[in-house]
Amino acid sequence: MKIVYNGEKDRAFKDVLGATIPHLAQVDPDVVYLDADLMGCIGTAKWAKEEPVRAINCGIAEANMVGIAAGMSAVGLKPIVHTFGPFASRRCYDQIFLSGGYAKNSVTVIGTDPGVCAAFNGGTHMPFEDMALYRALPGAYVFDITDAAMLEDVLTQCKDIHGVKYIRVGRKNNKKIYEDGSKFEIGKGIVTREDGSDAVIIACGIMVAKAMEAAEILAAEGVKVTVIDMFTVKPLDEELVLKYAKSTGAVVTAENHNKIGGLYSAVADVLSLKLPTPIEYVAIEDEFGEVGPQDYLEERFRLTAEHIVEKVRAAIARK
Amino acid sequence: MLDSGMKKDLQKLALKIRIGAVEEFKARGFGHVGGSLSVADVLAVLYGAVMKVDPKDPKMEGRDKLVCSKGHAGPAVYAALAIKGFFPYEDIKTLNQPGTDFPSHCDRNKTPGVDMTTGSLGQGTSLAVGMAMGDKIKGRDSRTFLIVGDGEIDEGQVWEAAMFTAGKKVNNLVWLIDNNKKQLDGYTEDILDTGDLRAKFEAFGFDAVRIDGSDLDQLYDALTKQAGEKPIAVILDTVKGKGVKEVEETMSNHSMTMPEETYDQWLAELNSELDALG
Repeated sequence: MKIVYNGEKDRAFKDVLGATIPHLAQVDPDVVYLDADLMGCIGTAKWAKEEPVRAINCGIAEANMVGIAAGMSAVGLKPIVHTFGPFASRRCYDQIFLSGGYAKNSVTVIGTDPGVCAAFNGGTHMPFEDMALYRALPGAYVFDITDAAMLEDVLTQCKDIHGVKYIRVGRKNNKKIYEDGSKFEIGKGIVTREDGSDAVIIACGIMVAKAMEAAEILAAEGVKVTVIDMFTVKPLDEELVLKYAKSTGAVVTAENHNKIGGLYSAVADVLSLKLPTPIEYVAIEDEFGEVGPQDYLEERFRLTAEHIVEKVRAAIARK
Repeated sequence: MLDSGMKKDLQKLALKIRIGAVEEFKARGFGHVGGSLSVADVLAVLYGAVMKVDPKDPKMEGRDKLVCSKGHAGPAVYAALAIKGFFPYEDIKTLNQPGTDFPSHCDRNKTPGVDMTTGSLGQGTSLAVGMAMGDKIKGRDSRTFLIVGDGEIDEGQVWEAAMFTAGKKVNNLVWLIDNNKKQLDGYTEDILDTGDLRAKFEAFGFDAVRIDGSDLDQLYDALTKQAGEKPIAVILDTVKGKGVKEVEETMSNHSMTMPEETYDQWLAELNSELDALG
């Protein structure tokens, strides 16, 4: 796994989705793609016109879409469904929970524009709780995607994994972390910066690049921190969490999600039970979203490298 | 059209399904009596004369499928499957016992022959759409039959699925509405009036018919009709608790808890009807 982070932007997620979904359908005749009137938002609309049988626009009916996908799984297909994050979680929760998970059907759910990435669509479209909901679904996989290479590989793996898989990912471009063509081991965190024993930052999604930035700021002050990309939020890589909690004695989590039920909760669960360690978090403080440009929202909800730096100092002070 | 021998066989099968369901309730002491009895006739025709299934190979490729979206009618489905030979008949008497494979609501992962897990009302509709559409994509010549309760259609998801079925011409899916006129709290027309169900489904783009859901001839004709481009919806006029006089006459018959001797009396009535058929 080659880390190529240098602060530059990656390819847009929208373009990756628009290429990967048709590719998966092309290489695997059992792949079906269902969308709820948002094909145009992830670049699949043109292809869908050429593939009217296995690219299905369900209209604005997410609960029905998820149920149909689950039914298709039961007869041997591999459904991938997409809509915006809040509709891919809250709006169809009972359906993905029962028709999907409980009935042991396999569905890959892509929820785009997680958290502040919903930007100008505002609070109605801004899921800060989607990971919490999917984490509470027994056996589900929860991914918060970091960059384009990861999206390509995780989505490709998901089509063949049994069960409910939730992929939260933006549509624009994050900063690039991984070399193109990288392979990712599901359920294993990735150490993206190994730099000493003062603290560990465990981040996911858009917060990984900010954690890398925070680590650089801290390094300039002589504070040495390790950064972990915990892109699989469930099942959590407990072993890696415990290893670095032990070696650093100070943990900070960073996520574009409510502090309730997401990465912070998952990491704190493990530490409280197995290795009580000072832990601080950067996350949404149990609030609803609001409208605005993403950079404004990142400041508004304190999802910044500077805030991570503050929290690292606070965690170290508690050692 | 049913010939007289076939009709008699289906009459017997419908009675045996009712007997089986009542034996399940008797073993546990309670259960969803009314809505199980109201679907016994349609289940008899489906499993006795229409559906392509193999009890020795419950997951047979290319089989027809049943989604009982009103999952609480599981006891009637279990009776039908047991009589067909999917599992030993005695097994169904473990209904709702700890560790059973025969839960209150249908579970495809527990009971051989149950094609889909249902129980949260409305959800079976979309699942059935996906199964039927998926079978088409897989190139199978299979039909899926979907039983929906008339109370269940209060759920908005039902209408999302209905709009999709007709809009996408999923014509290997047959919708069967068990119009037994009651839901848990009382008459559907008092709780949330369904209005003209045939007209509603027709307006959604179905080839919709309304039949006597206890008339085996009408059921057979409706269920063997080949769909054209439009999918078929059959409104089954039924009676909640059909076939057991005391249940039919009980207002609140959705879930009933009865003493053993009451179940024995119902069984005696049903068995004497069965004997009379010879």
